[in-house]
Amino acid sequence: MDAGIIVLSLLLIGLYIGGGIHSSRIRHLHRWPWFRYVCWTAGVFCVWGATGSTIADQAHHDFRAHMLGHLLLGMLGPLLLVLAAPVTLLLRTLPVSAARNVSRLLRSSYAGFITHPVTATVLNIGGLWLLYTTPLYSMMHGNPWIHGAVHLHVFLAGVLFTTAMIYIDPVAHRFSFLYRIVVFIFALAGHGILSKYVYAFPPDGVPQLQAEEGAKLMYYGGDVIDAAIIFILCLHWYKAAAPEKGRETARR
Amino acid sequence: MSAKHIQPNRHHYTKRTLWSGLLFGIGLAAFIDETIFHQLLRWHHFYDQSTTDVGLISDGFFHAFSWFATIGGLFLFADVRRRNGLSLTRWWGGVLTGAGAFQLYDGIIQHKLMGLHQIRYVENILPYDLVWNISAVLMIITGVFLLKRSSGKGEIFHA
Repeated sequence: MDAGIIVLSLLLIGLYIGGGIHSSRIRHLHRWPWFRYVCWTAGVFCVWGATGSTIADQAHHDFRAHMLGHLLLGMLGPLLLVLAAPVTLLLRTLPVSAARNVSRLLRSSYAGFITHPVTATVLNIGGLWLLYTTPLYSMMHGNPWIHGAVHLHVFLAGVLFTTAMIYIDPVAHRFSFLYRIVVFIFALAGHGILSKYVYAFPPDGVPQLQAEEGAKLMYYGGDVIDAAIIFILCLHWYKAAAPEKGRETARR
Repeated sequence: MSAKHIQPNRHHYTKRTLWSGLLFGIGLAAFIDETIFHQLLRWHHFYDQSTTDVGLISDGFFHAFSWFATIGGLFLFADVRRRNGLSLTRWWGGVLTGAGAFQLYDGIIQHKLMGLHQIRYVENILPYDLVWNISAVLMIITGVFLLKRSSGKGEIFHA
């Protein structure tokens, strides 16, 4: 299993770098920025760390390791991968006809539904509430299929949530800054409240001390990554609201 | 056309400055609460068994809001400043009012009514509560005074 994840990780990194270098050679396109390569590689490593490293092994019996894994898989990994703008890279690397199909998919009502800030928040935070306040957490450790499905959900919901909040790749169904910020505050509150709930009422089979430390990691770790998302969201507003924009372009 | 851009919209900027100050003040108070009382002094507890459900929810929302408010307030500050519309007096008025209001809410509603953690786990907590809440009221009074003084005319700060 470990070897499979390593191969998959290297493949994803290789494809991304290949796409970046290849598309940078096309004359009318600008060079693919180096920091996006860094984000992608770091993001893939986060996901690998959560699923294929010793953290994943320890997570079976240690709630702190489990929580560290979830921060990497559901928050930091998705943030870094979204910052790497993979859809933009895909669109400029693919042949035009294939790229059209991708963009049709992005404009579909299904994509609009799942990337709606409220849907993404419910899938992301709601899923976590389900995991930690029901017997799902202890069931997951007995059944590898449930284990896999939960982790896949945590990862995908994290990517969806980040995509719904900060617009790095082209987004067909857009929402105002204020709308996204209000939904984001609800999501952050739901995350913080759940952390304290886990601290007070540990999931089945988790010792109190591990639950307390894991809950604090969830609370403060989540805060740090959410602060990065808020910063990016505000920065986008700051750039969009720039007063000089019209004048500067007129002068040039 | 360019004259319209150079002439600042005073009313718009005073409002935005006030919002920037209030948001940053709330965020600052929450940040100080977290770093000094939770982390450095360790007087506050992460969770207290006496916390009510509504206390937990209130705390969660305030924490989330203040986290956004700190960053959002600073971006608003940068925005008013780049438009040359900043009045520092007004901004400080907003900061003190926001910080005082948050601290008073935390001290009266959250600590006392909702049973969220106490300021410090000692036998006689009254002096701590008094210092906490009186300092909050003083901040609000100073803040509102500064806001009153700076309303309307607006001393313009040039970058």
